Amino acid sequence: MKKEFTITVYTENQIGLLNRIAIIFSRRKINIDSMNTSPSEIEGIHRFTILIDETEEVVRKVCRQIEKQVEVLKAYYNTEEEIVWQEMALYKVSTDEIAAKVKVERLLRECGARAVAIRKDFTVFETTGHREETDKLIKALEPHGLIEFVRSARIAIIKESKGFHVKLKQFENREPGTEVVENEFLNRQEEVFSM
Amino acid sequence: MEALEIIDQKKARESATTIPAPVTQPAETVSIAGSKAVLEAFVAEGVDTIFGYPGGAIMPIYDALYDYNDQLKHILVRHEQGGIHAAQGYARSSGRVGVVFATSGPGATNLVTGLADAMIDSTPLVCITGQVFAHLLGTDAFQEVDVINITTPVTKWNYQVTDAKEIPSVLAKAFHIAGTGRPGPVLIDITKNAQLQKFDYEGYVKCTHIRSYRPKPIVRPEYIAEAAKLINEAEKPFVIFGQGVILGKAENEFKQFIEKAGLPAAWTILGLSALPTDHPQNVGMLGMHGNYGPNVLTNECDVLIAVGMRFDDRVTGRLDKYAKQAKVIHLDIDPAEIDKNVKAAVPVWGDCKETLPMLTKLVESKKHTEWLNKFGEFTKQEQEVVINKELNPDTEELTMGEVINVLNELTNGDAIIVTDVGQHQMVACRYARFNESKSNITSGGAGTMGFALPAAIGAKYGAPHRTVVAVIGDGGVQMTIQELGTIMQTEINVKILILNNQFLGMVRQWQQLFHDKRYSFVDIASPDYVMVAKGYGIEGQKISQRKEIRTALQKMLDHEGSYLLEVMVGKENNVFPMVPQGCSVAEIRLS
Repeated sequence: MKKEFTITVYTENQIGLLNRIAIIFSRRKINIDSMNTSPSEIEGIHRFTILIDETEEVVRKVCRQIEKQVEVLKAYYNTEEEIVWQEMALYKVSTDEIAAKVKVERLLRECGARAVAIRKDFTVFETTGHREETDKLIKALEPHGLIEFVRSARIAIIKESKGFHVKLKQFENREPGTEVVENEFLNRQEEVFSM
Repeated sequence: MEALEIIDQKKARESATTIPAPVTQPAETVSIAGSKAVLEAFVAEGVDTIFGYPGGAIMPIYDALYDYNDQLKHILVRHEQGGIHAAQGYARSSGRVGVVFATSGPGATNLVTGLADAMIDSTPLVCITGQVFAHLLGTDAFQEVDVINITTPVTKWNYQVTDAKEIPSVLAKAFHIAGTGRPGPVLIDITKNAQLQKFDYEGYVKCTHIRSYRPKPIVRPEYIAEAAKLINEAEKPFVIFGQGVILGKAENEFKQFIEKAGLPAAWTILGLSALPTDHPQNVGMLGMHGNYGPNVLTNECDVLIAVGMRFDDRVTGRLDKYAKQAKVIHLDIDPAEIDKNVKAAVPVWGDCKETLPMLTKLVESKKHTEWLNKFGEFTKQEQEVVINKELNPDTEELTMGEVINVLNELTNGDAIIVTDVGQHQMVACRYARFNESKSNITSGGAGTMGFALPAAIGAKYGAPHRTVVAVIGDGGVQMTIQELGTIMQTEINVKILILNNQFLGMVRQWQQLFHDKRYSFVDIASPDYVMVAKGYGIEGQKISQRKEIRTALQKMLDHEGSYLLEVMVGKENNVFPMVPQGCSVAEIRLS
């Protein structure tokens, strides 16, 4: 059964790696719902957050292919329950419309929107939250002339993760600890081996 | 905060991605050009042969090469695809990293087929491509092609160098990555300015560690124990092995393992020659045109032990009917292969050079005579229906099999056989006999027609003291026939055996069996190969009579230098047995 999985990849900072990771999905005709690259908790280590809708079997195999790339340190995959995640959205609406209709103001309050720019002709609101929350505001604003809308990629924190510091230290060791090279996945075959 | 103390961030930054190993050259700072640094790296890595083709963007490297004539042999090929296939042949016959030079643009794109081939067949290569000046990147400059992005899916690693200072460390990484773990092709694209740029050279430091790259997993003994338990309890255990045994240089370890546990062993076409043909436990070939017994009994064994193989669809046939009754033990160095196609009951992630001896220690000495004999029974049936007809035909037309059979007798199974792709490849793999490992060189995963002729040239350079016979069909030979020019110029001794059935035989066979004999564009004409060879100064002969086979092959083998022998074989012979596409291995057809 397909469902949403969030893949977190720790990598070296290397030109071309984004492409290497992206083509692992496109080769298998898997659509990437969103992808974010950012620094991680460790300087020099990058973190990809990739959202896809697939079966766990496919996601597990894809993660192994990602980890196979020379400059990838680790790939994890998680279901929504295992992560804390956010997406940010921006909405541009006509200022006249906002000023004229109190209803709109109430809508924005209810959706926890924040004005980030107010000009004579337009106002830009921002919300941060889960997909349903950002979607709710689109629906609400559409009848009032939503001029522009954009949503960021998902970013996510893994609830169980203790961070990458310890792991990285092992990676740097010539004689690595078992956590890095052992057959971790053998213990829990149902999970991705790198967890 | 606690975590932050564990790792000193500044230190992490400084250590970058590699930890320096002892310098192999005296550390004196001299100013040299990037082009020279490339060649210094090759010398330090023990490269002796380079296959290549010069061009505008790689000229500084070729200029530097002029002074390295005594240390590096450069083989000028006739096409970059020929160059990379030759490097593959070199790597496969020698067990070392093959090296290729090509220029930017079309020179580099001509490598792509070979890269894909080397990627899927795990062949270690380092390819150097020239690139336009860094300031011209992205301007649609002359012979500028985005090589890095074109080759990303078909390389284990690739990297573009725009600053000469990077060359020593990048090449050290390239050789390390290409040759370790599951080997594969690496491409380094070097802009012309970096080749020309002078920099302070401090010697070449071999790379032994990249923090994000773990080629050698630590083997966990508890899984070895679990695997050994399964094998010891098994009544009908069956080993299937692939190229991993050869790449891991674990032929002896493998033999000891199957001998102690008394296991029948069958090979994939890339595993062929890892175990001598004569070995009593060698039960033959797996897959679509493999032997009868190994295919049928895959679906009867109780424990299936896969060693260094990846369950390719040509081996497994229909996956949901493949070895469902068996518990699978999968030994592989690449964790992405474990559970990819076939779920493993016991996955043993590791280098088989290490894991096999650990297993051997724990398995009980057994014979499994009855089970082994069962393979023999199937062989008997196959012999009656297929093999005898192929090797001792009563037809007027020659068969490919009988030619290979005589070749076996004349070479005693000591030759390196390089095959192309198609019917002749399947026949050669089925019937050629091998005593030594690294003797079968073929394009397996990619099925690249045109592979054999250039690969045979490379194979001879990789193993100069061995006889190299390229067995090629009339289709494949015409794809890279220009490499006869390379043979002419280098005077390398390669025997070329063309099995000509005047058809693109494998496609024709499928059209006959599955497309109502609608022979759509498989009728391929050939030039007079003997005359073509003569044009290149290579002697040759064409035969079509049974009585000529032995003398002609003997003449070919005895001839000093290269020789081309064209044998006209039956036009519409089919390769059997065959597992039709979409069928289970147990549904293998004998006719």
